Amino acid sequence: MTEIVITGIGATTPLGGDMASTWAGMVAGTSGVHAITEEWAADLPVKIAAHVKVDPSELIDRVKARRLDRSTQLALIAAQQAWTDAGFDWEAGEGVDPHRLSVSVASGIGGLHSLLNNWDAQRDKGYRRVSPFTIPMLMANAPAANVGLAIHAKAGVHTPVSACASSNEAISLGLDLLRLGRADVAVVGGTEATIHPLPLAAFGQMQALSRRNDEPERASRPWDADRDGFVMGEGSAILVIESLEHARARGAKIYGTIAGAGITADSYDMVQPDPSGEGQSHAMQKALQDAGLSASDIRHVNAHGTSTPAGDMTEAHSIRTALGKAADNVVVTSTKSMTGHLLGGAGALETLATLMALRERIVPPTINLEHPEAGLDVDVAANVARPLPEGDLAALNNSFGFGGHNVAIAITNANATF
Amino acid sequence: MATTEEIRAQLAELVNDVAGVPVDDVQLDKSFVDDLDVDSLAMVEILVGCEEKFGVTIPDEESKNLKTVGDAVAYIEAHS
Repeated sequence: MTEIVITGIGATTPLGGDMASTWAGMVAGTSGVHAITEEWAADLPVKIAAHVKVDPSELIDRVKARRLDRSTQLALIAAQQAWTDAGFDWEAGEGVDPHRLSVSVASGIGGLHSLLNNWDAQRDKGYRRVSPFTIPMLMANAPAANVGLAIHAKAGVHTPVSACASSNEAISLGLDLLRLGRADVAVVGGTEATIHPLPLAAFGQMQALSRRNDEPERASRPWDADRDGFVMGEGSAILVIESLEHARARGAKIYGTIAGAGITADSYDMVQPDPSGEGQSHAMQKALQDAGLSASDIRHVNAHGTSTPAGDMTEAHSIRTALGKAADNVVVTSTKSMTGHLLGGAGALETLATLMALRERIVPPTINLEHPEAGLDVDVAANVARPLPEGDLAALNNSFGFGGHNVAIAITNANATF
Repeated sequence: MATTEEIRAQLAELVNDVAGVPVDDVQLDKSFVDDLDVDSLAMVEILVGCEEKFGVTIPDEESKNLKTVGDAVAYIEAHS
């Protein structure tokens, strides 16, 4: 099968304004979670979140920003980095034959700030105060469409939506498009910007968010016995992917390979994971099969690991089920312990973290893992980064979403010969 | 009562705020679309901004007649 390689990376996250600073923060075990200081959080049960380290207003022209939801602004920042990193020209908005260039950029929720701010304006001051840009700002495909406009992508612009699995699904779609020969280059990833009173209240009402308001940096603690929910984060991560042949022909630098993807649905419950972990473990096994890898090739898993009481242990069990005895040689981590949960941006960010782990041969820690939950049957890189061995390496990145969506992405290092 | 120039200057600030057009370019003889490159959605925002700033009402059916900066200033002078 056609080998699909990663040739450009970009991110803006709670740990840094690009992937290099984000990665440095991850390896150092830095938390990006802070108290929300705005007045609106005072009455909420949840007063912590992981905002992007570099506010988009520092990078995007004010007039342009008026027409772009925050989620789209973050996606454009990450996409510009990735596109430039891949050796293409962002300002000229070109570099690849437009008819052979595709975009697949996800958002789990869409332009939430635009939707709610305009409703506030309408309710308080009347319909004339609703911005005529509201619809193109709030629609879930706005980030993908704006990235497509910037780089002149004409081979299809897509927005897979599967809650917190969305951006892994976007990567999977891009992989399929390239393998099917429908594009030569795909820009894939995800974005989210939902730190606003409504989602904090709504996820809070589900009892899904940590309420460790007095210790923000210790709130996201996957697999720890004292975990009490996830921390909402925001940000975007984008990858440029293309066939190995295409990358070589243009002399591109190659970060690694998207070796395969596996997608399943639990069909069990809208928001609770199937406790048997069947759907999750099947997604991992399908990713291995798609990649032509065996369980013993896998040395690292970047877990979904959100720090919720139910989800973390189900996933650990699923990893054990999917990989069997080979799981003994796998270092598992959850970078959400540091970044919080980027929802529709999580899969792409963690796919990049997985890629960096293989390149740098180091697994970032799962911070705040002070008292591992009884029965934790996988080897988690608790609190300190863990080295990976020399030689070819393969890894998995898991993302799961409300609705029962499970998406696993398999990554290998550049020039691997499995 | 504000002078024509005062209204033009305030409108120019609004056009700059919404569409990024330099304030000095917003002169009475300029067409919003053809000269200042203001698109139709930005035009809606500018006219709603005028309602707020000058206390006028600009019905949707009237807005298509306001093609130049001068048209808008004249409308505001006549209706404020």
